[in-house]
Amino acid sequence: MSSSVIEAGPVVEATGLGVTIGGQPILAGIDLTVAPGEVLALLGANGSGKSTLVRSLLGVIPTTTGSVRLFGAPLGVSAPWDRVGYVPQRLPAASGVPATALEVVTSGLLHGRALRRPHGHRQRALDALTDVGLSDRAHQAVQEMSGGQQQRVLIARALVRRPDLLVLDEPTSGIDIPTQATFVDTVSRLHDAGTTVVVILHELGPFAPLIDRAVVLRHGRVAHDGPPPRARGEHAGEWHDHTHAHSHPEEPPSPFTVEVLP
Amino acid sequence: MTAWDQVVELLSSPLMQRALIAAVLVGAAAPVVGTFLVQRRMALMGDGIGHVALTGVAVGWLVGSWAGLVPQDALAVPGAVVAAIVGSIVIELVRERGRTSGDLALALMFYGGIAGGVLLIKVAGGTNSNLISYLFGSISTVSTTDLWWTAALAALVLGAGLGLRTALFAVSHDEEFARASGLPVRFLSMLIATIAALTVTIAMRVVGLLLVSALMIVPVAIAQLYARSFSRTMTAASVIGVLVSVTGLVLTYWQDIPPGATIVVLAIVVYGVGAAVRPLVRRTAPPRDPHPDMVDDVLLVDDAVVDPPSRTITG
Repeated sequence: MSSSVIEAGPVVEATGLGVTIGGQPILAGIDLTVAPGEVLALLGANGSGKSTLVRSLLGVIPTTTGSVRLFGAPLGVSAPWDRVGYVPQRLPAASGVPATALEVVTSGLLHGRALRRPHGHRQRALDALTDVGLSDRAHQAVQEMSGGQQQRVLIARALVRRPDLLVLDEPTSGIDIPTQATFVDTVSRLHDAGTTVVVILHELGPFAPLIDRAVVLRHGRVAHDGPPPRARGEHAGEWHDHTHAHSHPEEPPSPFTVEVLP
Repeated sequence: MTAWDQVVELLSSPLMQRALIAAVLVGAAAPVVGTFLVQRRMALMGDGIGHVALTGVAVGWLVGSWAGLVPQDALAVPGAVVAAIVGSIVIELVRERGRTSGDLALALMFYGGIAGGVLLIKVAGGTNSNLISYLFGSISTVSTTDLWWTAALAALVLGAGLGLRTALFAVSHDEEFARASGLPVRFLSMLIATIAALTVTIAMRVVGLLLVSALMIVPVAIAQLYARSFSRTMTAASVIGVLVSVTGLVLTYWQDIPPGATIVVLAIVVYGVGAAVRPLVRRTAPPRDPHPDMVDDVLLVDDAVVDPPSRTITG
């Protein structure tokens, strides 16, 4: 729960991780360790396995080989789920039944074996909505909100349990600039408080100053693990709009590079 | 006879008393489960379970007649409970796999369920009218034993559906997030499937297996015309479920019409009226900028020429 506890071991530890879906190997031989307080960016082209990696780290999809430990505990019902906050790329397609922002955020208070709302759930959910600037829309149905507002609801749902590890899946894709700024501010604030952050990015973009380390995936394998790749030449200009991923530091890709999957 | 006398007469009939209690229990419980099913986009699941439950009724009947039980159909409801639970778990497993072939597997199960039921009930010595009472309900012949079954199962359904509603909401709303939170997704999905199965078997007496799904789904459809939150949708659906069930039943006291069909038609009429007057009743919000805090980040030609540094967003 509290971020002030000094961690002895790694927050995330994956060894020899492999994922096969429908006979198709998506990830193979991934070794990944995330240290406490780190801000790690996962980069790579579409289809390189970034989302699959994050999902398998959080137990959303089963791993085929290897093992994952979160805060030293193997995945399963006994893992410290209250310390993990996940922000998916978007809400699932709406069904007919409306759900308010408050209801969606409140569902983030459940984890592992905690199947009922804790005491003070309403205030905690309202506080989380205030943190993302949506306190006035707590009782609005999320289906009626814009994409950017829905994203903020999703981050509030992850933050409501005050996680020590925050995992974000492309938080800035398809999102207006003010919401991107909200995301970066929030992540920077959490980082200062000691939260570990794993963020999938298509480009470093507004997150660039926060990133300590970048892992680049290519065809389901780790192609780079170290300092974030720097943009070069004209791409490094302060006002250059990045529209493509810098997948490898040695070979600055042309803006028209297309990754072709085998 | 005054209207009051008629009401007193209605309420003093033991037959009607039992039927009314059953209608209230089923009317309240079915939409609670229905809300989760609609949220999971499985509105027709109840229908599928109902088809499979018919085979359960027939198997119960068959076993009862072999064992020489009196009445012959003593095991019909337990048979339906077992078949409905097995059927709902199979449907849930097929959904979990998410394969396209699941569609066909469900179709095979539904029609197999109905055909098997019709066939077996004849083998067991049942008649067409026995069959009709299960397919379309027979609330006017609810026995005290039936009522105890209904009360116990309704308590189970409401206890699980309301007691764990936040967890069931979480898993129905966003399964991926529920998994990433370590919630027992499979257990919760199976729980929804099981309480849906139990609801089908208790609603069988009131509206019949072929119309069970209507009592689970139509009140939810009515409620979501007006409600703006999940909990209000569920509460309103439950209240509507009780109202249409009781009203439908009471109508059949004076008119010789089948109660199950009356209840369902009534619910659909309410939906139609609700949908028609919705634009008139629902307060229209004055048009406003949905994003008052939004920075206009698209530069138009008419805008003053802006040099690059001021493009930084400060808002």
